[in-house]
Amino acid sequence: MSLTLYQVKDILKADIITGDTMLDKTVKAACGADLMSDVLTFVDEKTMLLTGLNNPHVIRTAEMLDVGAIVFVRGKKPGQDIIDMAVERSIVLFTTTLTLYEACGELYKAGLPGKSGQA
Amino acid sequence: MRENDKDNIIEISFPVKSGDFVAAGDASSKTKQLLKQIGIDPAIIRRASIACYEAEINLVIHSMGGTLVLLITPVEIIIRTEDIGPGIADIDLAMKEGYTTASDSSRELGFGAGMGLPNMQRCADNVEIVSKLGSGTVLTITIKTGA
Repeated sequence: MSLTLYQVKDILKADIITGDTMLDKTVKAACGADLMSDVLTFVDEKTMLLTGLNNPHVIRTAEMLDVGAIVFVRGKKPGQDIIDMAVERSIVLFTTTLTLYEACGELYKAGLPGKSGQA
Repeated sequence: MRENDKDNIIEISFPVKSGDFVAAGDASSKTKQLLKQIGIDPAIIRRASIACYEAEINLVIHSMGGTLVLLITPVEIIIRTEDIGPGIADIDLAMKEGYTTASDSSRELGFGAGMGLPNMQRCADNVEIVSKLGSGTVLTITIKTGA
C-alpha cells in the first residue's frame, strides 16, 4: 500500500508549505512523533513524518533518513529558515489543523501502515 | 574543514561546538552529500548518515566541544568524534537504551531520549568508545562499504 502526496494532502485537508511540484511522490508508511531520537531509530525511506515539533532538526532528521515529506500538525507553520532548508533538500512540507493523533488516524484508515506492521 | 585524498583516502574534520543547536547537523549534512558524490550504496549512506548525526548531536548536547572526523577508505567509512570533556563515567550505562544525562533544552529539540548510542550501534559494524572522566571521549564508528 502506498499513497501519493496528492492523496495525503486530500486526506489530511492539508496546506502545502513547500514542494507543490513534487506531489506525485509516493509514501509507503508514516510515523507520528515529536521525539526525533525515536524517528532516527524507527523510520525507513519512503516513510512520511508527522510531527508537532517545529525546529530545524525536524528537517535535519528527515534529511538523514531520506524522508521526502513532513506534515506539521495542529496548524503549526515552520519559520522561513526551516522552509529554506526543506527547499534545499527537496522535502515537501504540509501543515494540517488536525492533531497528531487525528492525522495519523486518518492516514491509517486510508490504508497507510506504520513501520511495525508488515507493509 | 580539512581534506586529504592521497592514497584514495578522504579525511575531513569538522569542528563541533558545545550547545550550538543551530549548526548541529551541518557536519552530518556535508558528510551525507560527500558520500553521495562518491557513489556509495544508498543503504550504507543512510546508515552512515544516521550514525554520524547521532554522534554529532551527542557532541553538541554532552561534550564541551570537539571535532568530528570523517575518514573514507576504499573499504570502510569511519566517523570519529573527539571531545575535550567531560568524559563518560559509566560507558555500559551510557549504551543502555533510555539512559540519558541530557538537559531539558536538548529534550525540547527532540533529543536526549537515551537512544543515540544504541542507535549508532544498530547502524554501524562497530562502535568503540574510549573515555576518561575529566579529559574526554573518543567515539569511533566503523561502517564497512563492502568494496
